[in-house]
Amino acid sequence: MLETLDSYLLFALIALPMIGAALLIAIPGYRAQAVRWTAVVFAFVCMILSFYAFGFYDHTEGGLQFTRTWQWLSIPGPWPLGDDGITLTLGIDGISAPMILLTGLVMFTGVLVSCKLEERNKDFFILYFLLLAGVFGVFATLDMFFFFFFYELSVLPMYLLIGVWGSSSTFPSFSRTKEYSAMKLTIYLVAGSVLIWIAIIAIFAEAGLGTFDIIALQEAELSPTFQKIFFPFLAVGFGVLAGLWPFHTWSPDGHVAAPTAVSMVHAGVLMKLGAFGILRIGMFLLPEGAEFWMPALVALGTVNVIYGAISAMGQTDLKYVIGYSSVSHMGYVMMGLATLHPLGVNGAVLQMFSHGVMTALFFALVGVIYDKTHTRDIAALEGLAKRMGFTAAFFVIAGLCSLGLPGLSGFVAELLVFLGLFQTYPLLGVLGVIGAAITAVYILRLLARVLFGPLGEQWRDQTDAGRLEKVSTVVLAGFILLVGLFPFPFIRVIDSGVTDVLSRFG
Amino acid sequence: MGNNFWLLLPEFLVTGLAFAVLTLDFVLRRERKHLLGYVSAAGLVAILAVALVQLWSTKDDLYDGLLVVDGYALFFKAFFLGLGAVVILASIEYVRRHLDHPGEYYGIVLFSVVAMMLLAMSGELLTAYIALELLSFSLYVLVSYDRYNPKSNEGGTKYILLGALSSALLLYGISQVYGLLGTTSFAGINEALAASQDLSPGVLVGLTLIVAGLGFKVAAVPFHMWAPDVYEGAPIPITAYLAVGSKAAAFALALRLFVDALMPAAADWQVIIIVIAALTMVLGNLVALAQSNIKRLLAYSSIGHVGYLLMGIAALAAVDGEGRVSTSVSHLASNGIMLHLVAYAITNMAAFLSISAVYNVTRSEEISGLAGLARRSPAVAMVLAAALFSLAGLPIFAGFASKFYLFNAAAAQGLLWLAGLAIFASLISLYYYLTIVRQMYIERAEDPTPIRVPLLTLWVLGGLFIGMIIVGIYPAPVMEAVQHASDALFSQNAFGQVAQATGIE
Repeated sequence: MLETLDSYLLFALIALPMIGAALLIAIPGYRAQAVRWTAVVFAFVCMILSFYAFGFYDHTEGGLQFTRTWQWLSIPGPWPLGDDGITLTLGIDGISAPMILLTGLVMFTGVLVSCKLEERNKDFFILYFLLLAGVFGVFATLDMFFFFFFYELSVLPMYLLIGVWGSSSTFPSFSRTKEYSAMKLTIYLVAGSVLIWIAIIAIFAEAGLGTFDIIALQEAELSPTFQKIFFPFLAVGFGVLAGLWPFHTWSPDGHVAAPTAVSMVHAGVLMKLGAFGILRIGMFLLPEGAEFWMPALVALGTVNVIYGAISAMGQTDLKYVIGYSSVSHMGYVMMGLATLHPLGVNGAVLQMFSHGVMTALFFALVGVIYDKTHTRDIAALEGLAKRMGFTAAFFVIAGLCSLGLPGLSGFVAELLVFLGLFQTYPLLGVLGVIGAAITAVYILRLLARVLFGPLGEQWRDQTDAGRLEKVSTVVLAGFILLVGLFPFPFIRVIDSGVTDVLSRFG
Repeated sequence: MGNNFWLLLPEFLVTGLAFAVLTLDFVLRRERKHLLGYVSAAGLVAILAVALVQLWSTKDDLYDGLLVVDGYALFFKAFFLGLGAVVILASIEYVRRHLDHPGEYYGIVLFSVVAMMLLAMSGELLTAYIALELLSFSLYVLVSYDRYNPKSNEGGTKYILLGALSSALLLYGISQVYGLLGTTSFAGINEALAASQDLSPGVLVGLTLIVAGLGFKVAAVPFHMWAPDVYEGAPIPITAYLAVGSKAAAFALALRLFVDALMPAAADWQVIIIVIAALTMVLGNLVALAQSNIKRLLAYSSIGHVGYLLMGIAALAAVDGEGRVSTSVSHLASNGIMLHLVAYAITNMAAFLSISAVYNVTRSEEISGLAGLARRSPAVAMVLAAALFSLAGLPIFAGFASKFYLFNAAAAQGLLWLAGLAIFASLISLYYYLTIVRQMYIERAEDPTPIRVPLLTLWVLGGLFIGMIIVGIYPAPVMEAVQHASDALFSQNAFGQVAQATGIE
């Protein structure tokens, strides 16, 4: 009985947000309270299910679990494997299990911080749920068609989410309208998916198996030349979403313009889709191509780390600092993946989780500060800790996690990445550590300036975060501590997945 | 050899329906003439049911193969009957508000449906030509139906002139083929081409002219110049009909022509089609970027879609380096074309009907006229946004599934670079679709009064919206019908002959 239920778990995770969206279409827009409750309930159930998926993933057994296959579209033809064609194959391994957990967490906390939204909140939640259905789908599916289907689905709502509910930045030196940022983000990401799309149909045509099933396609003998040609398509295509330098410029603009919950989901979860895609399709199906191109990827990742950190130092907008720090931290993920060393890849996946939670926390807190003070200008914000003690405390936690303080999740992840790097590319490992040092500089300066020091005159009557925001902050910070203090339960699960991927390499 | 005229029952019934509507027009009082629309639509749906019941798994021909009654023809008959019903339902409100003489309007639409059904059945060039002319003449009238509107007149005149030119090209091509091969039947052409090792230049000229003639009808670059003006001038439901119906009809003919008649010469025509397809998809989508009139924008976007469909035609055969033709996975391409036609039809009808619903109130065809639509009419804005996303090829809508299938078919036939170009062209299209979405959702309206949409329009829009999502997330049932049609299409073709004629030195 329980096993049948288990096999529907992942389907439920994809279907529930869609059902929620459909239900919201039916609720009249003026009943804002009903809309909020529906959103909260659906998001909460999804979060519980994601806990279940992660908690009951059996790492001793490893491999794919919670699997279930539905026939979707047959493609008749002279194929050796029959004409199953496209199947909705769901299942998670040790890599996607923590990603599912992360998605559930960020989804729920994102809904909580969006509850205060007044304007057209129904449309907002419809699009938000579609976005999350896409994200769950990407992590849970094992079929290239559906992988791409859900990948595109998670891009579709972004334009409107940023364009309608986002905010423009205007500073004396530069300004970005939200429409500009929304269009830039969409075009960049869809341009990335152009490459992915080409690679996917190329793999289908080259393999000649008549299937899009990733597990079945392992058997295909793709020539090394083919792999070397098409791995960059996947690495760059997914890399765009992962914020890979030099295709990262949409990311700070987009994350700054987006409303809080969307920044949380986008920086926290969506960027991980990119790295996950490189792992799931790129490294898994084209291992020889991956091996050939990994030195390039590790070099780009290093640029990400250093360049992102230096750019973050120069920002005047609080949200841009976090935006560039995401670019910098995603660099560690790229570097870790590119080591192809168990330590490094484990670290990369853990960093995906850790950065997801941390960045979601950051954006939630920046959202609180912006909401209360109506500015994100670092020059104007001074000594907020005296009036916003709660926000400040958690901002410090997120900041310390970002610079890799032991005991918090960022430390464990980055340590593993560095260990992996020193085994494979020691020189770049040193640069990575230097990147972490630069991170410490800009984070500590930011904390000192915005939170501590003398209280700015205009912030005398400042109030602290609301109740819902506090709940979401505590949940996210809890996971940062949990992973930091007890990383082993996480690494155990991740390692079982990483072993499978690395077994594809000679 | 006796002919079983019962096989033509659906065509007779639609013709009868058209005459009945024209007759009823005399009897009905002016203010009740919109009933004719309901009669026509209901009639078409009933005939659709009759056709499906009568012709299910029938395989026969009339007049020694001039008309072929098979699963393929039935698929397109059902497609055109359904499309006709939707177009008529979408017209009722527009006709009542803006056009005189509703009786003739619906009558002519019905005649054009007959023409399209005949096109799907043609197994011979001249029959196809006659059906195509019947279709074109109906459309000439419909395009210029808004008599007192100079744009409609201009569009109609342009359409007639260029239509006549394209017919001349087509006829000349047919005569060339007949002169050199001695036959106009598809099976005969197939045999003659398979028998001769090399294509004579005269036949090649004939084929090129036929391709050019069809290119005019589907508005493929470089024969597309008429399309934007005609689309802009025509009444909105007719623009939709032009964008969907006339193109689907031409592709219904083209698929049969290329598979049944011209397959042995694939090595010669594939290059031509590839070039036209590449130009069409790139140019259509690039020029669409610069449009401010929504009908012109959709005209160019539909040119882009013709490019994708032509890529499917090119992918009907895989030609290797030595000119050998293989058709082992050609059904993927024909499936892709038909699936994309279905998706494109539903999506475009939804888009045009939404625009017409707004136009009926605002009288504006500019993209900026849609500003703030999300507040003025949330339902219409949602359907239009969904349709635009579907045209751009984003999930969960029909356009994603059909584009994926079609592009994948091209890649499977070794045209990966062309598929890549098509994917890139879709990216360009996303930009201009998003500018419309931006107007509707982000910009604010000067006049924020709600737009009242008649209940019928809302129902049709709702149906199309659900259709878009169903084809997008579960296309298997449609695919089954499409696969049926493909099987019928390829069973006409003698594969063995093709391989023999071109494969062995």
